[in-house]
Amino acid sequence: MSIVVGQAPNLGPDVAGGHGSTHPDRPSRHRKMPQGMATEAVGSAVASFALVWLVLTLTAAGASAVGFGVFWVMGFLLTYGLLTWRLHGVLLMKERLATVFVWGSSLVALVPLVAIIVYVIVHGFAAVFSGFPHFFFADMSQFSSARSPVTQAGMVAAIVGTVEQVGLATIFSVPIAVLTATYLNESTGTFARVLGTVVDSMTGTPSIIAGLFVYLLWVQPHGTSGKSGLAAAMALTVLMLPFVTRSAQEVLLVVPGSLREAALALGAPQWRVVLRVVLPTARTGMVTAVILGIARVVGETAPLLLATSASSHTNWNPFRGIQSDLPLQIYSLVTQPGVNATKVAWGGAFVLVLVVLTLFTLARIVGSSRPGQRRLPWRRSKAVAA
Amino acid sequence: MTLLAPRPPVAEASPDDRPDIPLALKPGRTTADWVFRVILGTAGVLVLALLVAVVLFMCIHSVPALKKNGLQFITSDVWSPPASFGILGALAGSVMVAALALVVALPVSVGTALMINEFAPVRLRSWLTGVVDLLATIPSIVYGLWGLLALSNYLYGTTVWLDHHASFIPLFRTQSAQTYGNSIFLCSVVVAIMIIPIITSISREVMSQCPRETCEASLALGGTRWGMMTDVILPFSRNGIVGGALLGLGRALGETMAVVLILSTTNTLTWAILGPKGLGSISYLTATSFEVSPGITQSALTVAGLTLFVTTLVINLVARRIVGRTKVAAS
Repeated sequence: MSIVVGQAPNLGPDVAGGHGSTHPDRPSRHRKMPQGMATEAVGSAVASFALVWLVLTLTAAGASAVGFGVFWVMGFLLTYGLLTWRLHGVLLMKERLATVFVWGSSLVALVPLVAIIVYVIVHGFAAVFSGFPHFFFADMSQFSSARSPVTQAGMVAAIVGTVEQVGLATIFSVPIAVLTATYLNESTGTFARVLGTVVDSMTGTPSIIAGLFVYLLWVQPHGTSGKSGLAAAMALTVLMLPFVTRSAQEVLLVVPGSLREAALALGAPQWRVVLRVVLPTARTGMVTAVILGIARVVGETAPLLLATSASSHTNWNPFRGIQSDLPLQIYSLVTQPGVNATKVAWGGAFVLVLVVLTLFTLARIVGSSRPGQRRLPWRRSKAVAA
Repeated sequence: MTLLAPRPPVAEASPDDRPDIPLALKPGRTTADWVFRVILGTAGVLVLALLVAVVLFMCIHSVPALKKNGLQFITSDVWSPPASFGILGALAGSVMVAALALVVALPVSVGTALMINEFAPVRLRSWLTGVVDLLATIPSIVYGLWGLLALSNYLYGTTVWLDHHASFIPLFRTQSAQTYGNSIFLCSVVVAIMIIPIITSISREVMSQCPRETCEASLALGGTRWGMMTDVILPFSRNGIVGGALLGLGRALGETMAVVLILSTTNTLTWAILGPKGLGSISYLTATSFEVSPGITQSALTVAGLTLFVTTLVINLVARRIVGRTKVAAS
């Protein structure tokens, strides 16, 4: 019973208190490259290059650029591994090879992705701006893939179609998606669990299946007049609904429980809590979810293949007759013979990527505001001023 | 001392001899609440009905083909409607494209996720995350266009080299000698590039939830960074990576536009992936020949589509479950 309770052992002021004030307890990061790492890596690369070249020349085997590259990479890994193993031991060898793997794989991942964007911009820019306003103000009726120059092409039919179809799909899917997400957030029963599972698994529906479904449901029963912008919008809805529901559900999860409980404790009925507290708190998140949903479906091509088809004339009415849209127009141009058709297709892809990029940036800006912030970010300055 | 004075018994104090029990509060469900819940529930039912309708419509439309061909449908690879509809060649093609794409994409994605979380400068991290998410949103037709018109030129050399030097592996052969292009190989590479952002994004998110203290403990004990990754981060995020890979697989299985633009097939069953006229793909068949086909062929294509739909549904379900479990474990 000699244990002294409530009295810390006297460790002196240095250990007990001096820690926090002078050295903030922040994890440090090694910024410097380990000494000799660059030399070893570059040396190995040069050595393996020389070795592979020597062997291939001596054996007179010769190799294409691809073969040389394959052997060089293999030789480099071998040389570098051996070198670091002899110099630093097996642990650091693994570390160095892992570093090569991590940076190498990011290179493999990011290079094609950057290449795609560069390709689309370079090739698309030429098509879009060769006869500048024409591309956005004319339709395809003057353009025939075999003879016409790129300047004769216009995307207005496709752009009108895309805007109307995606707009309709948004109108169809967003209210249901928000209500369903709210339901999933508010209920805990068996039905809610089943529904959550269904929404989860439907987010990955192959896009062609959506088109197939709409074809069977709508296009086929309506015969020759079945294909329309409306059918396309329905196909997009099938894809958009689960996606927006899921994103909205994740947004609602972030709403602090204390807010809801405070409202309930004040005696508010559930519907008022949801409409006046939960949904307004999640508003910016909801907007982000919807924008991302639009960005996701705006370039979907497969579901539209069976729902409508590319046409050269502008059709403002989505409910009657075939209505073209951007992805289908691009697809139809690629499958046509002729160099100019391909060029125009790049122009279409450029517009599409631009739209997706804009939507994505918009979503990031809106989404960067905190949950519960009532004002959208671009109005923040006014709020501060007021 | 006055505070500690014994209180007078409650029973004596209350005028009406009621025992001191809390009131049972009725949950505040007003009529408006019930109406509200019904509206929410209706939306939920609509979503469920959508799934049921998709499955039901496809089931109904697949009956004629199944009646005509029965099991031969799945066991034969002869696709020459209306005499015979074997989808085995197309099914194998879909699986082959997805599997090859996954084999390429998975290590690359894990490496990229590790790079973003562990190697990249802190300031670049959120920016790189944004880029990866953006790339996951780029339409598949753009990927397909790039694969067909740009990548095919760069990959031509590789294809020829593989054919000459690696043809002891049955995969790296062509259907007819010296014909390359429009191949399953090119197609899988494009699909791999498409699913890399998806897998990277999910793995990165799960990896970033790994408790930082454990990682730092491993470093403090003298472990290397690679040691920290293999012993702390990867075991922690294994489920998340598997889930991400499954989501990528689901996307790759159903991928249509890249396949339609690139492949040129005869739906025959073969291991050779370097040339045209090999395996097909369900989405390819459906997209290119559904509309122009007579009823019975459409019905057969519907069965193929249904197979694809159910497969991806199950894969996605499992994937979401796995990823969700890791997230719950982390929080």
